[in-house]
Amino acid sequence: MLSVSHLSKTFPGVRALSDVDFTARAGEVHALVGENGAGKSTLIKVLTGVYRPDAGELTYDGEPVRFGTPLQAQQAGISTIYQEVNLVPLMSVARNLFLGREPLGRLGLIDFRRMHREADEALRGLGIRVDVRRPLRELGVGAQQMVALARAVAVDARVVIMDEPTSSLEPREVKTLFGVIRMLRERGVAVVYVSHRMDELYEICDTVTVLRDGRVVHTGPLAELDRLRLVAMMLGREIGEVREEGMTKFTGSHDTEAEPVLRAEGLTVSHRLRDVSLEVRPGEVVGLGGLLGSGRSETAKAIAGALPTDAGRVVVAGVPVRAGSTAAAIRAGISLLPEDRKAEGIVPGLSVRENIALAALPALSRFGLVDDTRIDAIVETFMKRLRIKAAGPHQKVGELSGGNQQKVLLARWLALHPKVLLLDEPTRGIDVGAKAEVQALIDELADDGLAVLLISSDTEELIEGSDRVVVLKDGAVVRELTGDAVTEDALMRAIAAVPAGGSDD
Amino acid sequence: MTELALSRGSLDRDRLLRLLQDYGVYAGVLVLLLFNFAFTPHFVSTENFRTQAVQVAPVLIVALGMALAIGTEGVDLSVGSVMALATSLLSLYLGYGPWIAALTAVIGGIVVGVANGALIAFVGVQPIVATLALMVAGRGLALVLLPQLKDVRDPGLASLGSGDVLGVPYLVLIAAVLAVLVAFVMRRTTFGRQVLAIGDSRPAARLAGLPVRRVLIVVYVCSGALAAIAGVLATARLTASDPTSLGNLMELSAITAVVVGGTPLTGGRVRIGGTVAGAVLIQLLTTTLIKHDLPPSWTQIAQAVVIVLAVYAARERGRR
Repeated sequence: MLSVSHLSKTFPGVRALSDVDFTARAGEVHALVGENGAGKSTLIKVLTGVYRPDAGELTYDGEPVRFGTPLQAQQAGISTIYQEVNLVPLMSVARNLFLGREPLGRLGLIDFRRMHREADEALRGLGIRVDVRRPLRELGVGAQQMVALARAVAVDARVVIMDEPTSSLEPREVKTLFGVIRMLRERGVAVVYVSHRMDELYEICDTVTVLRDGRVVHTGPLAELDRLRLVAMMLGREIGEVREEGMTKFTGSHDTEAEPVLRAEGLTVSHRLRDVSLEVRPGEVVGLGGLLGSGRSETAKAIAGALPTDAGRVVVAGVPVRAGSTAAAIRAGISLLPEDRKAEGIVPGLSVRENIALAALPALSRFGLVDDTRIDAIVETFMKRLRIKAAGPHQKVGELSGGNQQKVLLARWLALHPKVLLLDEPTRGIDVGAKAEVQALIDELADDGLAVLLISSDTEELIEGSDRVVVLKDGAVVRELTGDAVTEDALMRAIAAVPAGGSDD
Repeated sequence: MTELALSRGSLDRDRLLRLLQDYGVYAGVLVLLLFNFAFTPHFVSTENFRTQAVQVAPVLIVALGMALAIGTEGVDLSVGSVMALATSLLSLYLGYGPWIAALTAVIGGIVVGVANGALIAFVGVQPIVATLALMVAGRGLALVLLPQLKDVRDPGLASLGSGDVLGVPYLVLIAAVLAVLVAFVMRRTTFGRQVLAIGDSRPAARLAGLPVRRVLIVVYVCSGALAAIAGVLATARLTASDPTSLGNLMELSAITAVVVGGTPLTGGRVRIGGTVAGAVLIQLLTTTLIKHDLPPSWTQIAQAVVIVLAVYAARERGRR
């Protein structure tokens, strides 16, 4: 249906794609995998007309084509669902669904009644029940993603490209998504599926193309390829090596005897958290388990003073922290790595150096004057220690890959010498290699005596990384898993259990 | 044609564009100077340069504060009214001596700045609306304090307005010192870094524990104080207080200088050198057209062209 051959694309200083062949066939789900920087995003952007290739042929439906703009590609029947939802947040759900092709009434005005009815039907078909008149932004991220999907499906697309569509979906929504993908496959649509999650790939995809450093290293049916080989190809390592190290980089347990350094008691935020209490000891990694929207991020934000609480208190090393102030929490030694790295974490226009030094500035200056030598020393130390890959300390953070941005953020917090580190989805959207590095780093930090609170939608990461797991459900703690009970199975059971105050099972 | 060349995205073009963005305003000043050296009679004279520099000084001082406000992704529309308020306060308190009067005027500017900052940082009003309110209120207050034009006769102020050191007028000297001071603050202090971080990504700055509210208030206080200083200097030069017309449209001139100087309206970047050059560029442009006997309407059109060019260059940068 859609194919490219001998495709090359060069950016200033980087060869993003070289001599890439890729074919998406009708009625087939094609997995596109690779580490960040392997060229997946560039390939997608070439397919959808955002970038023009420097060399190579693009063939669509048997004919050579050239898409000058994304619009041309869309009109030709290529729909894309991006990692970040790109819809209009203030418009209603229905208007978003029909944006650019609203049903018109007799006078050439929008026929709202028909639009709402059709939007409702379309979403119902995907198993979502929402009021289509409500502004899109009132929906959760997962539901927004489903609206984007409905939009892509509704435009009679012949090729649907999904760039990490599940990164913000709950398991139930993922099921719905897969249902839709199967339906698309039966309809003869070519689906290109980009994801970092192995389980999903094996569940839904037929063929796979592995990219590494801008080249295709493997392409063929997915069923013939075992997981380990796939991981090995993505990483460019030998199988033995990967197997030895396991799937995640965590080594296991830490010392759990000491007095808790972080104690959160009865945190309550109306509609979001109910009486959440937890403790983290120095050198311990405590996982926060639960589904999307169960209050994990809210708990972390409440502890870090970024979310005003109605009740409850946070105590660090025996000293209560003033509530509702990030500055006070930071002074007390609490650092939060926020979930939304791009919007709440990095300052994209500033350099790596400025980003690392940002929070620690008051300590790095005298009488309000910045001490450049000390900053340079600290920046150099952390860039080395965290292996931040950048052209130099003066490169803009916005230009780095996701993994390196995350490391810059970690460096920002570590430069403050915190006592407690709250990590909200530290490995989301970063490539396998960087993921392993970040995981190893979390381990190392805990070994150094830091108290770590880990939030992750990646169950494997959560289970292997945590010494204890506190399970949240609908904004309240339902269970705490300790010792040998820290297993995926136990976590699932805790999430699925009837919320009657943690009944035994 | 430009579009075509752009879409090809050749490396040289990118570099040229970046150079244009970074140094275009300086090149513009240079070109205008050379043009005037060659074609304008009586341009190369100390007297002319003095006039030009004295005229540009108040705009420049206001633009410095504006650059800070724009750096935080805001804007300060009240600067013109603050100048008017400053001139009113100055002539009201002149009886206590020029220093006390000038100090009172600057305090007036600071008060307006606190009001702006509080509205923006604590109440959460958008900067354009908050400062618009103070723009109206400030001018009104200035007129209540001093309903009509009044001559300012004070030897101290007169010498401030027309005196000089080694041939450099006090006005120009003060503007230069302030520009250097603001540039230093932006480059070397924690406050400067915090301004940029807040302008670039406010949620990130907040979660990084920066004192966002305090920084915002200080920014608008600086802007107010600088505008008040400009008001005092303008009054000293004119030897009259005229709260009805002093500082009219000053906010637009200041924004023009800042934007032409390469500071993006989206915040996160402040170019003080560029702002200075931007103010000078607009001044030179006006002078050039006037000296060649072109009607004032031409000046406005020329300004518009420069602004559009500057914004076009900034847009290219924004897309990167």
